[in-house]
Amino acid sequence: MSAILESSAILESFKARAEAVSAQVQRVETKELAIELIVRLLHQEGVEDKPHCYAVWAACPMIGDNEKKKLEGAVPGLKFDVTRELAADAKVGISQLDWALANTGTLVQSAVEIDKRLVSTLPLLHIALISTAALLPDLPAVLTRVDPRKSAYLSFITGPSRTADIERVLTIGVHGPERLIIVFVDDLEVAA
Amino acid sequence: MNQEFKQSILDALSNPNLTGALGNFSVAYRAGRAKAYEGIDFEALRTQIADIKSSASSHFDELAEQFARVAEARGTKVFRTSDPNAVKDYILKLAQARGVKSIVKSKSMATEEIHLNKFLEKAGIDVQETDLGEWIIQLAGQTPSHMVMPAIHMTKEEVAGVFSDKVEDGQKPDIPKLVKFARGKLRPMFLKADMGISGANIAVAETGSIAIVTNEGNARLVSTLPNIHVAIVGYEKLIEKFADIAPILTALPKSATAQLLTSYVSIISGPTPNTDGTPKELHIILMDNRRNEMAKDPRFKQALQCIRCASCLNVCPVFRLVGGHVFGKVYTGGIGTILTAWFDALKQSDEIQSLCIQCGNCKDVCPGKIDIPDLILELRRRLAVEQGQPMIQKAIFSVVNNRRLFHTMMRAASIGQIPFAKEGFIRHLPMFLSNMTEKRSLPAIAAVPFRDRILKIKQPKCKEKAAFYGGCLIDFAYPEMGEAVVKVLNKAGIEVIFPEGQTCCGAPARYSGAYEVAAQNGADNIKALLSEDVKYVVSACPTCTVALKHDFIANLESVGRTGELPAARQLSEKVVDFSTLASQLLEQGRLKFKAGIEPTKFTYHDSCHFKRTLHADQTPRKLMKQAGHELVEMDECDMCCGMGGSYTIKMPEISAPILERKLMNVEKTGAPLLLIDCPGCVMQIGGGLDKRGSKIQVQHTVQRLADCLE
Repeated sequence: MSAILESSAILESFKARAEAVSAQVQRVETKELAIELIVRLLHQEGVEDKPHCYAVWAACPMIGDNEKKKLEGAVPGLKFDVTRELAADAKVGISQLDWALANTGTLVQSAVEIDKRLVSTLPLLHIALISTAALLPDLPAVLTRVDPRKSAYLSFITGPSRTADIERVLTIGVHGPERLIIVFVDDLEVAA
Repeated sequence: MNQEFKQSILDALSNPNLTGALGNFSVAYRAGRAKAYEGIDFEALRTQIADIKSSASSHFDELAEQFARVAEARGTKVFRTSDPNAVKDYILKLAQARGVKSIVKSKSMATEEIHLNKFLEKAGIDVQETDLGEWIIQLAGQTPSHMVMPAIHMTKEEVAGVFSDKVEDGQKPDIPKLVKFARGKLRPMFLKADMGISGANIAVAETGSIAIVTNEGNARLVSTLPNIHVAIVGYEKLIEKFADIAPILTALPKSATAQLLTSYVSIISGPTPNTDGTPKELHIILMDNRRNEMAKDPRFKQALQCIRCASCLNVCPVFRLVGGHVFGKVYTGGIGTILTAWFDALKQSDEIQSLCIQCGNCKDVCPGKIDIPDLILELRRRLAVEQGQPMIQKAIFSVVNNRRLFHTMMRAASIGQIPFAKEGFIRHLPMFLSNMTEKRSLPAIAAVPFRDRILKIKQPKCKEKAAFYGGCLIDFAYPEMGEAVVKVLNKAGIEVIFPEGQTCCGAPARYSGAYEVAAQNGADNIKALLSEDVKYVVSACPTCTVALKHDFIANLESVGRTGELPAARQLSEKVVDFSTLASQLLEQGRLKFKAGIEPTKFTYHDSCHFKRTLHADQTPRKLMKQAGHELVEMDECDMCCGMGGSYTIKMPEISAPILERKLMNVEKTGAPLLLIDCPGCVMQIGGGLDKRGSKIQVQHTVQRLADCLE
């Protein structure tokens, strides 16, 4: 009980910080609900099997081959074979991240596989899945858990891409996504 | 001063886009930074960073060696060099060997330092900056005006004009549309580029990792899409341990842009697969370019603690007026002055170091705990040694050091003006001083200096004695402040003596780089002030107090007069500023506020040295509130008034707008009374208000306090 309470307090803290940098935060109890939510989102976003309308999903442990097939059937235009051309042309990118940092609203990912970076950088919308149990308090906490020897590319993502280079006016979506939807999933395992 | 430099200052000052954007940003930054650091012990954090970086710079070669070993073991190619030209050649050869035609770059100061773009473009390679601000500047053929926000000096109309002229006709001055346009144009360049070039914010020896921080996501693309990634890293980015990333990454975004964390951080520790399945060709170039030499310099070693956040630019009262262009092409602002002197040449800093008003704002906010104003003084000292002191300056010091002669000369200048003196201010001055008075009236020079006036004051005989150190301004221009000091201390049963041998505190010489003169000033004063057995040495001028308490020791040390240090330290222990002493005496019950003081609204201006060196800023506020007065804080109460000793004479064009802003902030409070603990600030702000015909009364805290005590 106390663990759940604790995790909801830390989640609230994460949510406040992430929303302050224009990310959207949701939470679902199960993987199945997460998949339902994503299917709904992809339909809402107008994902279709034609140029400029694709969605790309980087390989992640929660989606097995069976699920892939089911999803590809449910959402035409959703692709699991990510190429740079597809990712550059896609509307939506989906990936699973490894840790979340409560005091900055940050997501952290071991992103050695290039797909993970392509889907979270090139499309205009990035949907990030993350285990609720992967919430950590802060930067020092995650640095003790990652091993740069094993993860040659570590990505930290805090909100969508932004700039204030013209007249200091904050503008969202420069080279990366202009929207970031973070979905916490309670029954998802934490990455090793 | 060099005419070209002077003109660049005048151009900047008359550019409303630049001063407007920087001025607004400095206000927003101050509030944003404070919010970003909420709940964080900044002093502890920056001490940690300073320790990490200082320890690293003591072992640059070992760390570079370790970095190379670890990174190469995992397939990264590491090239170490001290020579900027070798960096350029390495990249060009690599590009040619791999048939590279186009390069995308994310922001890197190190590449700007060695002018890499020009070099590669000359060799026929297309080099594209991808940071939006850098891209705008590159298209416009300009140089960055700020280290973090390179195009802050341009309006959206100008940006639309540049895009229309250089990229595609018909762009409208609509910021979201301009940003979208840039995304659309740069995306294909990312996708087709053969090589990505980046800098790095941190390089970790233990793991051979580099960390790159951006908001736009361009460094992610530069390090992901092209099959070759080259990162150019200055030695000062090296740290020992992976865990040491945390404090630096905690401070950098907060200090740079008041963000908790930038949108993207990439920590790269080796080659990763490309989209075609081949492994990325990752090259990391560790560039020394005088960093090792700097690390071996006992004074400048601390400049290597810089994490390139540019907060020293954001809080600088001068930078927000002139922007980065006057500093030259690469590093700008306070730290930029120091880096230019080292990475370019000492003489390149000759003009730009004179922009520093020594207010100390940057020192307070530096996350690397660098004493930037002190290092700029050290540059000044080395320039003075290298180039010799100008004749005119020598002549001035010889007069300033002879107190009687100095007073006579100032008085003579002042007497000629007596017909114009009104309410204690001189309205006009001879031509050669005219630019001093455009925005400000000057005080009349007293007929009888304080050193003679004190002899006429009937003081009670007391057991306890204090020596009063007057300084030029109280001695010659504001003797009434000195009289108020005597009045207050007498009430507490302290007799005040004025050792006749006291002379200039040496600040003018020190701040001009003339340390020999400053050291001699100190020695003369030490002798005079220790000649009688006194409990306190009191000053009512913060610059003088800092000189007596700290600079005498530093000046003697710097010229090797170590034999005189014990006496300097003995003096230092006795020195106290007036408000701090008065507050102690009130606490001890030796002074009492009188009843029935008419409550007055007042505002308070923090003098630079009083707040940032003596840390006494809350004391006078408390005293006056205890006396029953009501404090109305002004905006930017601790921002410099533009006086800066002789800065107002050397840089009148910059000093004047700094003063204007201060006057506006004072007037906005609506308080009828302004209190200050520094006679120099009283002269600057009081003179400014007088010139405007303001009715606001300006007093030194001691003057008001003298009237509030029983």
